[in-house]
Amino acid sequence: MQTLLHPLVLTTFFPLVGVAALLLVRPGSARASRWIALLTALITFGLSLWVLAAFQRGSADLQMAVNLPWLTIAGVEIRFFMAVDGLSILMVLLTAFLVPLAVLSTWTAVQEKVRGFMIAFLLLETGMLGVFLAQDLVLFYVFWEFTLIPMYFLIGIWGGERRVYAAVKFFLYTMAGSVLMLLALLFIGWQAGTFSLPELVAARGIFAGAQIWLFLAFGLAFAIKVPMWPLHSWLPDAHVEAPTAGSVILAGVLLKMGAYGFLRFNLPLFPQATKLLAPWMAAIGVVGILYGALVAYRQKDMKKLVAYSSVSHLGFVVLGIFALNQESVAGSILQMVNHGLSTGALFLIVGYLYERLHTRQMSAFGGVWKAAPLLGSVSLVVALSSMGLPGLNGFIGEFTILAGAFNSALPAARWLAGAATIGVILAAVYLLHWFEKIFLGPALKDEVKDMKDLHWREGFIIAPMLVLIFWIGLYPQPFFDLINPTVSRLLGLLP
Amino acid sequence: MTGSFPAAMLLKSLPEISLVILAGLVLLLSLVWKKRPPQALTWITIAGLMLCLLLALLFALPVKGPYLIWGGLLKIDVLSFLFRMIFLTGAALTVLISVERQPSQGQGEYLALLITSVFGMCLMAASADILMLYLAIEITAMPLFILAAFQFRQKKSAEAGLKYFLYGAMTSTVMVFGFSLLFGISGQTGYSAIAAALEPDRLPVSLTAGIFMLVLVGFLFKVSAAPFHFWAPDVYEGAPTPIAGFLSTASKAAGFAALLRILQEVFRASPELRFGLLAAAAVASMLIGNFLALRQKNLKRLLAYSSIAQAGYILVGAAVGTPLGASGAIYYLIAYLVTNLAAFGAVAVVSSNTGSDQIAAFSGLNRRNAALALVLGAALLSLGGVPVFAGFFGKFLVFASAVQAGAVWLAVIGVLNAVVGLYYYLNLLKVMYLDPVPEGSGPLTVVFPWKAALLVCAAGILVLGFIYRPWYHWADLAAQMLLLH
Repeated sequence: MQTLLHPLVLTTFFPLVGVAALLLVRPGSARASRWIALLTALITFGLSLWVLAAFQRGSADLQMAVNLPWLTIAGVEIRFFMAVDGLSILMVLLTAFLVPLAVLSTWTAVQEKVRGFMIAFLLLETGMLGVFLAQDLVLFYVFWEFTLIPMYFLIGIWGGERRVYAAVKFFLYTMAGSVLMLLALLFIGWQAGTFSLPELVAARGIFAGAQIWLFLAFGLAFAIKVPMWPLHSWLPDAHVEAPTAGSVILAGVLLKMGAYGFLRFNLPLFPQATKLLAPWMAAIGVVGILYGALVAYRQKDMKKLVAYSSVSHLGFVVLGIFALNQESVAGSILQMVNHGLSTGALFLIVGYLYERLHTRQMSAFGGVWKAAPLLGSVSLVVALSSMGLPGLNGFIGEFTILAGAFNSALPAARWLAGAATIGVILAAVYLLHWFEKIFLGPALKDEVKDMKDLHWREGFIIAPMLVLIFWIGLYPQPFFDLINPTVSRLLGLLP
Repeated sequence: MTGSFPAAMLLKSLPEISLVILAGLVLLLSLVWKKRPPQALTWITIAGLMLCLLLALLFALPVKGPYLIWGGLLKIDVLSFLFRMIFLTGAALTVLISVERQPSQGQGEYLALLITSVFGMCLMAASADILMLYLAIEITAMPLFILAAFQFRQKKSAEAGLKYFLYGAMTSTVMVFGFSLLFGISGQTGYSAIAAALEPDRLPVSLTAGIFMLVLVGFLFKVSAAPFHFWAPDVYEGAPTPIAGFLSTASKAAGFAALLRILQEVFRASPELRFGLLAAAAVASMLIGNFLALRQKNLKRLLAYSSIAQAGYILVGAAVGTPLGASGAIYYLIAYLVTNLAAFGAVAVVSSNTGSDQIAAFSGLNRRNAALALVLGAALLSLGGVPVFAGFFGKFLVFASAVQAGAVWLAVIGVLNAVVGLYYYLNLLKVMYLDPVPEGSGPLTVVFPWKAALLVCAAGILVLGFIYRPWYHWADLAAQMLLLH
């Protein structure tokens, strides 16, 4: 009982209470399903705020640990070990923050099989929270794999036209990456005689000989998830076909699992390999930034544009992580949050536009501003935030990453940072191009002229995101206060 | 031979004795009780099987340390105890799934044959003597040959029975030749005496290798592993669906139980040999099973190839042969029992409603019967090894054992195969959930026994996938005791 009431356990598994309640509801009752899901998600968010309140800033240690024996196989313990630190707290908050908004966004968009949708969504939330809190490698793996099932169904059942192809591709890509991680974590588990992360970090010398291979096995799983170029090809398909709420969570949280994995596992467990491979990883990150931006510019489908912009933005995160200094890594973590907010909001806007005209082709729009000025101004703020305008959140993240990378010990650090800066310019190009195509110019089509402006519920969903976009942009210090101690400790673990 | 007085021996084999009585009783009732309600024999059989389970729990609990009875023919330990539970549960579920498949005139024979086969399996898992083992294998196999051909008026079923019989006869001849060599070398039939004669200083390793290969032929047939898997697709397709499910689960488990025991108790002096041959068979089974399954259009054939692949994963644990490997194989078999019976149960429901077991017949299953689709979906994800379903932890354990034993290459082949396997399981999931309902098909009727069987299987898949400790504890105990000489 004591364990069940532990804040971390309660936060992670509370969505399952909602699932249980949903199972009792009649399958057809969409209204009740929506309200139960929303209420569950809001309570979970409340619980995550409780975790935040109990979180000690300034401490780099794992906090609020719950650490119970789970199973002993062949003399090695697998533990139910969850804890929170500066690395995971923001991810947990981001997840719990985005899920209720995503649920709200389905209010009118999802009309079929609402109960099933909500069940899948809440299961997904438990999986994601578990990923960010697990401190035992086996427990982490179970949560990591588990997130695939609800997402598969979210894309496959409620998705667009090519949803089946996209769902299977999403599942297989991710699975193929993570099975090798399973073997790698089994390998280090047997070598060190434990699966709990802090103990493994302490005993990392034992498996230091195989570091490069282990780094690559873990790294492949995370690189596919991020996704890093050239392993990104599942992402545009998944995004395009997923329902809006699915896209928001996919971009907002699921991709972060990859970047989080690099920080949580690769850096502390395989320090020499990290040092050795960091230049390559950073370079691939920069390639991703430029490639994603260039491809995004050529897209005619809005969702594809945002999907490729994700590839580009996550490239910054990867560059920041492997620049391996305080600013760049802290910037990366903040940028993960920023991307979750900005890109999540972009997907919402694309969803709003789609609901109005039932197409995602940019050529079908034009001159929307005149019909829907409120939607237009909100979109402008989000687009500006995504391209990194000073005063908004994107700028803080990208600037810290670039500053950190510029001064880092990477070979050709300045060239890498310089090339990444071109990515910032390209982001402005494709986002403004998008904004112009949709909102500016004369409204030629009748459907556009009659378009409704932002509904109060739509505004209500996006407003909290805008608040955070401004907050992080104007006063990011509280966020850095959460992150910084853990980042210093993490970097202190490197040779 | 351990001295023990007959009363205790009788008690320890009470479940087996009751099975024989039950088989006779069912046959007799089917002859004399003409005016019975249609499902009376089914429920009597299930009650009887449950009674055997209860008797096993009451009187035949494994004692500390292995314990030989009947002049050293049978060994009472955790392994034989645990597998007896597996067989009895599997048989009860199969009987439930079979309700519609029994024409009333053949019902008594059908059930009696099934019970006889279970009797043979219990003996297989407990055999500690090659003669006993051979008898047990034949007692198991003969009823299954007949059951596979039970719908003999259909060409495919008759073909299945004949193919299964010819294949089985051939492989068991090869195996018995191996047994004869074992007897010739040692002059004994008990496992421990033979093991002593096979010590490397008394017999050249090449000769042991030859004998081992001969014996292995019979086992690889039994568990439907490559290169003796050819019978599986045709037999599964032609045999009555519940029997195909029974063959792929309980019969496979019996083969593995006997294999694990003979590996540890007879061929224990040559671990490299064991690993080399079994790992080769495992790799071949995984590759053949998974890649041929990709192209199947008939669900029973697909499940046959998938079952070949699953035999490959389990062989990984057997090949490694450490306590973890053996317990992983055992856990896998328990998980596989409920998982695959759920899958075959769902096939039985759909094919008796629509008359087809083509994959196309499952399109839009979730709109025709959501609960059935959910059970089949869980079974498929469990077969694919996705957490939080039973199959995940089975795969986790066998691959963990391979990594622990330093056979990382084998684990790599295994996990990559698991991804290939997932592809066709996901495709099935896609057919069920995402494809349109075929025209002219109504909702499916699911009679009560089917519901009961599917519910038990689904509960098993979830419980084994969520709560590992008690089951792993038993599997581990069985493995530990097996390795105790």
